[in-house]
Amino acid sequence: MQPALSQYFPILVFVAIAAFMGLAFVFGSKLAARQKPYAEKLSAYECGFDAFGDARRRFDVRFYLVAILFIIFDVEVAFLFPWAVSLAHIGLVGFFSMLGFLGVLTVGFIYEWNKGALDWE
Amino acid sequence: MIATLQAFFQTDLGIVVLTLLEALALLVPLLIGVAYLTWFERKVMGAIQLRKGPNVVGPFGLAQPFADAIKMLFKETITPTGADRVLFTLAPMLTFGLAIVAWAVIPVNNHWGIANINVGILYLFAVSSLGVYGIIIAGWASNSKYAFLGALRSAAQMVSYEVSMGFVIVTVLVCVGSLNLNDIVLAQRHIWFAIPLFPLFVIFFISGLAETNRAPFDLAEGESEIVAGFFVEYSAMSFALFFLGEYANMILISAMTTVLFLGGWLSPVPFLPGGVLWFLLKVLLCLFVFVWVRATLPRLRYDQLMALGWKVFLPITLVYLVAVAGVLEYLGWLPNA
Repeated sequence: MQPALSQYFPILVFVAIAAFMGLAFVFGSKLAARQKPYAEKLSAYECGFDAFGDARRRFDVRFYLVAILFIIFDVEVAFLFPWAVSLAHIGLVGFFSMLGFLGVLTVGFIYEWNKGALDWE
Repeated sequence: MIATLQAFFQTDLGIVVLTLLEALALLVPLLIGVAYLTWFERKVMGAIQLRKGPNVVGPFGLAQPFADAIKMLFKETITPTGADRVLFTLAPMLTFGLAIVAWAVIPVNNHWGIANINVGILYLFAVSSLGVYGIIIAGWASNSKYAFLGALRSAAQMVSYEVSMGFVIVTVLVCVGSLNLNDIVLAQRHIWFAIPLFPLFVIFFISGLAETNRAPFDLAEGESEIVAGFFVEYSAMSFALFFLGEYANMILISAMTTVLFLGGWLSPVPFLPGGVLWFLLKVLLCLFVFVWVRATLPRLRYDQLMALGWKVFLPITLVYLVAVAGVLEYLGWLPNA
């Protein structure tokens, strides 16, 4: 194995163990326990009533908005990782270029805040 | 005999066997730890609420986790009629699996991390981000309104707090100059990051509570309003996997806090050697705080939760990151300069 890849090999082992354990637990329980399903038991839970329609329906757009905001900031964090590690080598130019980038994002953030994108009623 | 073994562990097959043994040596205590964390939580909450906690099954209720596990194993596995069967079965495995897989990089002692990869903290960040998939898949696949609402809430909450968590991690990286978890711990030989970066330490821990859907951020479960949130339709071992995943994630967040801020395996007493015991002690301390917080604080409202994440933590961590980087740059204290 290549040395660089061999460092990642244990992760593969962990994935295999985790997958095996997950499957073993769920299907082991399915085999071990007595299964006696009937229609009422298998219907979706809704406080004892028959379910009103399907659950796959419209939901608040704010959740979508939060997800979009998250993507912006998470990409920013991903961008910050290499910068943080190599800060000593890139000098003041590198430092201030990132500050510029953060400045632009902060302006955007203040705009969102004032627009009420972060408010929940 | 020993020479043969050593020669065997040099071969490809030997490496596979060795890695498997190492992984089991970490995972078996971890799973026992997860089982006993449920016991620990009930005992501590019992003590806080002037009750006894579990005390019937075995001495001091010590066999309680196993009684629970056996009960779960022999329950009927229910898949609701409207559910997407494949995703519904897959979601708990994903949640549980991710909580396990993240442990591959945690260094419990100097160079004891099983996968000592150069991008350790990035890997942890990535794996804990994936955790949201298990929840959203579970909520959507159940085809139940409670599950769906719970999953939406939980997903929005997790991504919100992940942003400030990311900024906290980047600030630590500025102080360390390496993504390797072993290096991060060793960088705290002189002073634990919990002291100079105290506000971030607190923010990281609180974000950890939110990431693991623990009280006071357990709106996704909200027993009093949406019953159990995203896993309302789950039963038997599928439910147990979510449960185990949540508790494994609690231990993981505690371990991350220990590695990033509390000096990992390093000894707090100057003349004592560091080691696994210190690591365990610090993780246990964090876990105690997890339980303590749950027993003490009432649940937040959803708008308070989102406001805390986006309007308090995000600006503070952002400003703190720039300030720390600026101060280190100005004083020339950056690592690897």
